[in-house]
Amino acid sequence: MEFTSGNWQKHINVRDFIIRNYTPYNGNESFLAAPTEKTLKLWEKVKELMTEERNSGGVLDIDDKTISTITAHAPGFIDKELEDIVGLQTDEPLKRAIMPYGGIRTVRSSLAAYNRELSSELERIFRHRKTHNDGVFDAYTEDMKKARRSGIITGLPDSYGRGRIIGDYRRIALYGVDYLLKEKKEAKERFVFDIINEEIIGQREEISEQIRALDELKVMAVNYGYDISEPATDTKEAVQWLYFGYLAAIKEQNGAAMSLGRVSTFLDIFAECDLQSGKYTEAEIQEIVDHFVMKLRMVRFLRTPTYDELFSGDPTWVTEALGGMGIDGRHMVTKMTYRFMHTLVNLGSAPEPNMTVLWSVKLPESYKKYCAKLSIETSSIQYENDDLMRVEYGDDYGIACCVSPMKIGKQMQFFGARANLAKALLYALNGGKDEKSGEQVGPEMARIVSDETLDYDEVWRKYDQICNWLSRLYINTLNIIHYMHDKYSYERIQMAFHDESIFRTSACGLAGFSVVVDSLSAIKYAKVHPVRNEAGLTTDFVIEGEYPMFGNNDPRSNEIARMVVEHFMKKLYKHRTYRQSKPTMSILTITSNVVYGKKTGATPDGRKAGEPFAPGANPMHGRDSNGCVASMMSVASLPFEFSQDGISYTFSIVPGALGKNQVQRADNLVSLMDGYFTEGGHHINVNVINREVLMDAMDHPELYPQLTIRVSGYAVNFIKLTREQQLDVINRTFHTRF
Amino acid sequence: MNPKTTGQIHSFETFGAVDGPGVRFVVFFQGCPLRCLYCHNPDSWNTNIGRVITAEELVKEILKYRSFISKGGVTLSGGEPFLQSEFAEAVITLCKQNKLHTAIDTSGYIPLSVCKGAVDAADMLLLDIKAIDTHMAKKLTGAGIENAIKLLNYCESINKRVWIRHVLLPGWTLDKEQAHSMGVFLKDYKCVEKVELLPFHKFGEYKWESLNLEYSLGNVEPPEPEQVEEIRQILIGYGLNA
Repeated sequence: MEFTSGNWQKHINVRDFIIRNYTPYNGNESFLAAPTEKTLKLWEKVKELMTEERNSGGVLDIDDKTISTITAHAPGFIDKELEDIVGLQTDEPLKRAIMPYGGIRTVRSSLAAYNRELSSELERIFRHRKTHNDGVFDAYTEDMKKARRSGIITGLPDSYGRGRIIGDYRRIALYGVDYLLKEKKEAKERFVFDIINEEIIGQREEISEQIRALDELKVMAVNYGYDISEPATDTKEAVQWLYFGYLAAIKEQNGAAMSLGRVSTFLDIFAECDLQSGKYTEAEIQEIVDHFVMKLRMVRFLRTPTYDELFSGDPTWVTEALGGMGIDGRHMVTKMTYRFMHTLVNLGSAPEPNMTVLWSVKLPESYKKYCAKLSIETSSIQYENDDLMRVEYGDDYGIACCVSPMKIGKQMQFFGARANLAKALLYALNGGKDEKSGEQVGPEMARIVSDETLDYDEVWRKYDQICNWLSRLYINTLNIIHYMHDKYSYERIQMAFHDESIFRTSACGLAGFSVVVDSLSAIKYAKVHPVRNEAGLTTDFVIEGEYPMFGNNDPRSNEIARMVVEHFMKKLYKHRTYRQSKPTMSILTITSNVVYGKKTGATPDGRKAGEPFAPGANPMHGRDSNGCVASMMSVASLPFEFSQDGISYTFSIVPGALGKNQVQRADNLVSLMDGYFTEGGHHINVNVINREVLMDAMDHPELYPQLTIRVSGYAVNFIKLTREQQLDVINRTFHTRF
Repeated sequence: MNPKTTGQIHSFETFGAVDGPGVRFVVFFQGCPLRCLYCHNPDSWNTNIGRVITAEELVKEILKYRSFISKGGVTLSGGEPFLQSEFAEAVITLCKQNKLHTAIDTSGYIPLSVCKGAVDAADMLLLDIKAIDTHMAKKLTGAGIENAIKLLNYCESINKRVWIRHVLLPGWTLDKEQAHSMGVFLKDYKCVEKVELLPFHKFGEYKWESLNLEYSLGNVEPPEPEQVEEIRQILIGYGLNA
């Protein structure tokens, strides 16, 4: 293959290779190819396996004897004759592996959930081998344990893989593993300084681990019959090489989110060469992509029931970032961008890979319309504001998990789940005591005792104090978690696809955002009377009068919302973080808004105890009454600069409200997204679906095996959600006016 | 035109995708002289209530949404916008000054002498023909369609873009013979760009109940898609864009 030469040949620089070699595509979708005979046959087999998996309670099989490593399992196939792209996590399709380094207890309880037991051999091994989870609990303070138990901080990756790290898997295809090994070995030689302190010792050990992992990667590929020492020489090899890298990662890490990165435009360069030389036809290239995507749809991890309750639907967040603009002003949509999205047509809709379009108002209109059309047909796509992110992250960033931008191969985050700010507000009223248990979780401070209506200034002052405590505790908790994760469950293969000098963030998050905003607004603009129990704890509220609710683009409420974001972020900035990581924050709940709501008492906005929060940064259900554009404007007004790990908004609309026919609907959806992103919105999930369809799917799941719906930051098979979460989705605001 | 002209509005919808071309900001005017049996906004009938707002204030609000509606525009609906013609005209004029496309959704009941200024100012009309037979229209809404026809003729004379809207109500207007009459009547109007058939629905029924009004169509079911298609084909047969 002949490529335009450049810096990328002197040292690792995938972006340089892309910019010099890619071909922006300005046409429409008419070039796309239908699935081949082979693809249809193979997909039929996968679908059968998935049905079987569903019928056996969600898990098809577990290899409970083998500690999963890059080379632990023998090669596995769906059907060797049919597969263009090979490689499975274990020796059989959909068979789940155990990855105990995150936490042996987690593995034990996951196995128990499926009536299995940890083998005596493994029990014996882990009497001598400590795991991440053990380490964390050795170091946790009493305060941390209490905060975790009460649910003011939850979802912490202290017993499973933290994930949210994106390996630059493209490096394998472009350079071959031997070159990566050479670079890593040289880096290790360079890492010798006058003072070999803890930091340098740690880094030297990490690089050694990375080198070992790369060696194992080569062995794994050889077991599948491929030598990946050298660069890929055509499209199929490029996909295969890249996938082997990703596969190695998901064999070793059951991270909460295992993003793929931003591979399509990179792969298009190979495809363009092959099309021109006549090596492959369009149909053959689409076949390779379809087979690759099938593999990505088959990624499985063994999870515990509590994890499933929090992050419902068996998600893996194989997030692929598509489109976007280059810094040089050219858009980065290629034919391969279309081909990836076309898998939603060829194979039907699906939650994974998590298709994420980096939207710019400058993207070609034909592509925007194609996206809108596919969103309307499949509800499987999310969109994020490239014009907003490109400023900070350039044009070679990907999305970790749902909404977190990071430069590929150059940046990682310490995932920190989220703090429940609605609960924090209740702690402010109750002197640091938990409103459910009565336990003193927060600092002992004077609670509000007056029977008068709540005074905004007093509440804010106390909330501010609680946030001082909470932010400090939160960062310190993350410091422990990530210290131990690095120590006991280091992502050696993913980090082998990174530079040595890494920019790290401590990615904190908020839950209950619109509850807090509306509560503060109610206290400020209406009269809120506290109702206390015999112990003096405020457990309910009586609201007199009306107040501006978040989601109606009311400047008063938008201002409170902005303040809540900025306020907590500024608290986080103040604390020392592990490995000098930069604190950031997201407003994202995934499906955990249901569990968080369950654990939180009644709030001053009128929400009853136990009721779900709105997901992410969404307005509370049914409170946005001026239509969806007003709702989008409220969310778009939130300051991204103080919530750089992402602001998630989920938008659901019935098809009829979007326009009278397919063409109008697509055009109107494009206008909505252009408007939302022009106004500074960061992320949007788009669901175009009738509520009746969802209700029918609850009763007849077997008829809707592929029904996909976007929830905060990712997509799920609707029928895999718990019943409670299905109801939450159905009860959410569906924009229906027509 | 006085930007301080006040009007009474019922509410607004920041995302209208079915009231004129593109994504539109829809202002629902308060007050309506008709009493259509199938009305889905009976809460907008009363002329004595509503939020009082100046044209200037309203347009200031609308302009916040410019990024969304630059390819669509603004639709005045209701209620009956021409019941507050002066206010409607002021709003339209201010929108035009800000380069926003404007449409008015009307029953055409208000005499042309009253609403002419607003009609002239707007880019297009969405004109509801309640029933092609004026007697039926009277039974259905309380008024005949004579003024609506005059308004349509006026639009024809000044080349004002018009979309005709027509609700298909089973037992009333869902009728092939009437569709033919409608086709014959509309076919020569050059200003009529489109005919939108709106199948009757009952989404507004709950509002009648909450206003203690008796809803007489509780037993009427929405038409089947095939029935709507049949009517559409008849209109297409007259060369109309239905």
